[in-house]
Amino acid sequence: MEIDRADGRQPNQLRPLSCSHNFLNRAHGSARWSHGDTTVIAAVYGPKSGKKTNENPKKASVEVVWKPNTGHIGRDEKEYEIVVKRTLESICLLTVNPSTTVSVILQVVDDDGGLLPCAINAACAALVDAGIPLKHLAVSICCGLTESGFVVLDPTKSEEQSLQAFTYLVFPNSFRSVLPGSPLSVEIGPFENGIITSTTHGVMSVENYLFCIERGRSASAALSEFLRKSLTKWNESNS
Amino acid sequence: MGSTDGIQADIASEIEVDAFRRLFPLRFYERHLSESVRPDARPLNKARDTSVALGAVSSADGSALVKIGHTTMLAAIKVEVMTPSLDSPDEGCLGIEFNMPPICSPSVRPGQTAELAPVISKQLSDSILSSGMINLKELSLISGKAAWMLYLDVYCLDADGALFDAALLAAVAALSHLRIPVVSVNDDGRVVAMAGEHVEGKSVREPINREKRKLTFSCIPFSLTCILHQKYILADPTAEEELIMETLVTVVLDLSGRLVSLYKLGGNLAYNSTVQDCVALTRRRVKELHQILNEAVSDMEVD
Repeated sequence: MEIDRADGRQPNQLRPLSCSHNFLNRAHGSARWSHGDTTVIAAVYGPKSGKKTNENPKKASVEVVWKPNTGHIGRDEKEYEIVVKRTLESICLLTVNPSTTVSVILQVVDDDGGLLPCAINAACAALVDAGIPLKHLAVSICCGLTESGFVVLDPTKSEEQSLQAFTYLVFPNSFRSVLPGSPLSVEIGPFENGIITSTTHGVMSVENYLFCIERGRSASAALSEFLRKSLTKWNESNS
Repeated sequence: MGSTDGIQADIASEIEVDAFRRLFPLRFYERHLSESVRPDARPLNKARDTSVALGAVSSADGSALVKIGHTTMLAAIKVEVMTPSLDSPDEGCLGIEFNMPPICSPSVRPGQTAELAPVISKQLSDSILSSGMINLKELSLISGKAAWMLYLDVYCLDADGALFDAALLAAVAALSHLRIPVVSVNDDGRVVAMAGEHVEGKSVREPINREKRKLTFSCIPFSLTCILHQKYILADPTAEEELIMETLVTVVLDLSGRLVSLYKLGGNLAYNSTVQDCVALTRRRVKELHQILNEAVSDMEVD
């Protein structure tokens, strides 16, 4: 089952990841995340007092502003805003600071496919940087299905256009037990088997979708390991 | 938690049902769910009564009014002749817009677009275009010169949950009601409608398309929204249920059972088994909806 990818990657090989933290001075937290050539900057302000009407006063709310690299804000950007907002709301501890708003501003720097997953990863790293209380982290990935029925991970923009279907998935990151005395171990529990967010484009069979989830999940372990390492490194250099 | 539960139980035995429903909505629902019934007397996996009426807007080329429970959607299509783009000279175009006017729900303020409207709009065009339901080549009139542009507008008149399901059904019903009008090319080379000319049998100009025709659909997408709450799956939620229990999963399948879209935004985690259950519920619902749509279409043709 060999398939050729334009950039010579294996089907389940991700593009090189990079992540830097806290490079914006005024923001309470910021992060820059890249999947290959796709780069998104996230800035977090908050928790600020006050919030929109019509929302639950016992909970904090998350506000997401999406800035495209070119052009106006259209329907796609509005949809991205809601997807990121709902995803972040489900990983934040909203009851800690009731009646406040956390603003997340996402600036697209470069779009080479998998923009939404990159933005979610950037937003998540920026939330950690700003010290917003979170239940757990989330990692996001794009899985594509080729015409011949193979699953490829993290497709570039030109690959995305030739795919039969692709899906953006968000998984919770894997837990690591930090009990004193016991060796550090990454456990795959029932917790990681869930998906937080899923959006799909194109038609595929249900079996293929479940296959995409499975492949995405195994890759999400590597992603969450990368996120954890980069956060630890930043923490150490900061202290 | 145990002590507050106890207090709530004490209060529960004293206060009226309506007051209890407003004060402890989640607990009110959980009591129903543990008895496998919902406050509107539906079993958990049953959708609300659904009706489709075609031709609700007489000025449009195709229209439909759809009700799922109280959720009401009006869809209408207007066709226009346009010049196709250079990239795809043989293809027409379909523009889909979803509107939530302030009439539909107390949470929509006049002058502001509802938060959900652009999302549903995008989901609708994704589902209809990516499922390949419409062959855009069929909308071509003269290659490179003229093609049909379809404007499909869906209006939400009453938002009582499962908005996307109702909007998709309304859009699909309006498309199946659509009749493409007869047109011809006049001496100036412009495409004009042939009003009544073809009825007399000898038309001055040669029509491009012979008669008013329907579009052919290669497949039809249908959807079902479910709420995930603890171990329960509630099909076709009302607005009240959507407000209280936040994890929504929308599954769109076509008639041959392929997955067109699986849409879940945040909320609690969904496991593989839950996803499969939702897909199975949707499969059943697709059959129901297909039958409802077929009945509406055949009623229309008898008239």
